Amino acid sequence: MPAELETVERVRRIDVDQYRYGFETIIESDKAPKGLSEDIVRFISDKKDEPEWMLEWRLEAYRRWLTMQEPTWARVDYPKIDYQDVYYYSAPKQKKALASLDEVDPEILKTYEKLGIPLREQEVLAGVVRDEGETDGEAPRRVAVDAVFDSVSVATTFQAELKKAGVIFMPISHALREHPDLVKKYLGTVVPTSDNFFATLNSAVFSDGSFVYVPPGVRCPMELSTYFRINERNTGQFERTLIIADKGSYVSYLEGCTAPQRDENQLHAAVVELIALDDAEIKYSTVQNWYPGNSEGKGGVYNFVTKRGDCRGKNSKISWTQVETGSAITWKYPSCILRGDNSRGEFYSIAISNGYQQVDSGTKMIHLGKNTTSRIISKGIAAGKSQNTYRGLVSAHRKATGARNFTACDSLLIGDKCGAHTVPYVEAKNSSALFEHEATTSKISEDVLFYCVQRGLTQEEAVGLVVNGFVRDVLQQLPMEFAVEAQKLISISLEGSVG
Amino acid sequence: MSALLEVRNLQVRVEEREILHGLSLTVNKGEVHAIMGPNGSGKSTLSHVIAGKPGYEVTGGEILFKGEDLLEMSPDERAAKGVFLAFQYPVEIPGVATMTFLRTALNAQRKARGESEYSTPDFLKKVRAVAASLNIPQEMLRRGVNVGFSGGEKKRNEVLQMALFEPSLCILDEMDSGLDIDALRIAADGVNALRSSERAMVVITHYQRLLNYIVPDFVHVMSKGRVVKSGGKELALELEESGYAQFEDQAA
Ligand SMILES: Nc1ncnc2c1ncn2[C@@H]1O[C@H](COP(=O)(O)OP(=O)(O)OP(=O)(O)O)[C@@H](O)[C@H]1O
Ligand SMILES: [Mg+2]
Repeated sequence: MPAELETVERVRRIDVDQYRYGFETIIESDKAPKGLSEDIVRFISDKKDEPEWMLEWRLEAYRRWLTMQEPTWARVDYPKIDYQDVYYYSAPKQKKALASLDEVDPEILKTYEKLGIPLREQEVLAGVVRDEGETDGEAPRRVAVDAVFDSVSVATTFQAELKKAGVIFMPISHALREHPDLVKKYLGTVVPTSDNFFATLNSAVFSDGSFVYVPPGVRCPMELSTYFRINERNTGQFERTLIIADKGSYVSYLEGCTAPQRDENQLHAAVVELIALDDAEIKYSTVQNWYPGNSEGKGGVYNFVTKRGDCRGKNSKISWTQVETGSAITWKYPSCILRGDNSRGEFYSIAISNGYQQVDSGTKMIHLGKNTTSRIISKGIAAGKSQNTYRGLVSAHRKATGARNFTACDSLLIGDKCGAHTVPYVEAKNSSALFEHEATTSKISEDVLFYCVQRGLTQEEAVGLVVNGFVRDVLQQLPMEFAVEAQKLISISLEGSVG
Repeated sequence: MSALLEVRNLQVRVEEREILHGLSLTVNKGEVHAIMGPNGSGKSTLSHVIAGKPGYEVTGGEILFKGEDLLEMSPDERAAKGVFLAFQYPVEIPGVATMTFLRTALNAQRKARGESEYSTPDFLKKVRAVAASLNIPQEMLRRGVNVGFSGGEKKRNEVLQMALFEPSLCILDEMDSGLDIDALRIAADGVNALRSSERAMVVITHYQRLLNYIVPDFVHVMSKGRVVKSGGKELALELEESGYAQFEDQAA
């Protein structure tokens, strides 16, 4: 069989059913009836014990959403979503607020173990066991986990140490009660309730998510991390995350998620807002691994995410790094508004699609301030019958003199039933803007694969190695321990792509 | 005792066209065989089929390696069993550090053989020693596999892997192409250091010069998909004088 055909044949045998993280945790849940109405919005707000203004904010978003159309410009194709056939609220039953992970339902902890994050979890656990306030200067790694299990945060750790630094890190539902002024001041200022169909829907029904505030001059003493899981059958996930880095502060936030296998398509519409004030820096890293659907392309998560960062202050910096391997549909454009003079935006992305996955992802760099700079490094890998699109916009406002952007988009195709597309938009409204764009598309080379297998690697290991080499520039942007996890995930997600 | 490599009446097609028309070759342990022959005579094709490169259809004949049916094995199994092919054109693998590649490959082979994997310090010690003997600087091992390597460096990297993996059959496809005199000497010395009574080599080349450095026990002339003449090392000298024209007719 000619070499080309053989790879195609191998790729055809993709078995995404092997999805590693497809299991469900049996936990009683507390859920709202199916469908969406003003009553459901009130139910959610009431469940959360929210202030009145929050309910009004949600209702306003809901009413606006009713007037909006689902966007169709992305290169993704899916059956029409019946928004009345979705649960908008579900929470694991919880008897009381938890002080430590020790009190967390063992079922949940077991779930995390299966996710292959035992090391981190163990260390986090160790951190919890330690007496509050006791500092261990030798601690090898500091990761605070705010675990979002289904829609409600069930455990928050390292609170004491963060508190000492003045960092607020808690579920946004708690922040609404404990720091309402902060939330009110910033919520919706980067992604307004009217922004887009999915963001507006999120504004109306968001269930929970993380809230982070880093006070002026503080370097957050640890990486902040959240693991998202979709667990309840048919539960739409509407996370809302808000991170504020006040003047001269720094924070690195890690988000990772996997989801269990199921038949029905699941709707996920998260909103993440980042705000960096003068001289502040936010580094936001994601490893996304929602259930991609089975080998026939059935099931799988629909992931419609609005992520946006606002470099509001001068010399501020926001950096997005994402490793996207899951979801049946991914619609996601983490963006930066470079408002402050000399601010900088970065987007590093690895998007892998296999089976019947469809990815339409990229970024927007909106240069508003003077001497603002941005950098985009995108690596798309398409295998199976998947479609992988990079969609990016770089724009410079009239007043954004000296704006600079560098964009490099590389696509790698495995087999010939998949597609990679690059859709760059560039708008420079002043002549001093300097935008550079490079793009390449290549097929994984038979000769390179054969070289590897001749040296003893299996075909599958060879693909993993070559792909990991292809994405190296981006992997290097991830925090160390995350990079190792991501590398593993990349190999796992391509496991089905060869015999 | 069976031969290390036994190619019997091998017929191979590529895209519906027959390239090898009944080729036979026997290689015993400890022997060095040279294969010479005009461009397009099928030398690389033979080496690829032995190593298991996809895209070739074997329509007749067989290949036995250590008495086993080689054609039944996947290419990585063949590698683990001791088949090594030094490529005519080694490929580049961007983003994969040479050191990482060497270690991954070596451990994959050891795992396949049911041997324990090398620990990091043991592996480093081994690589450093071999690299030094081939004049390969450590810096080169940190770069992507063959990325930005000169022609000579690429070939030396092939010899490095050969030394590291300790295969029982080494096939060298035009190791001398693109090498200057000094690089050729270093690479050939590396190969000679690997000559042993337990290992055989098949050296594919167009030039007698390489055979001055790596002295073969047997020389075979290939033409149009067959071995048309075999002899001792003096056959290579003869060819240097008279060229391949005399064999063209024989093969036809
Ligand atoms: N993939 C292929 N598709 C079509 N023809 C091929 C393919 N591979 C090899 N051939 C043909 O097979 C014949 C033998 O090629 P091969 O590369 O084995 O020759 P060679 O003896 O190694 O030549 P050289 O000395 O130039 O390296 C040539 O005619 C070549 O064109
Ligand atoms: Mg050749």
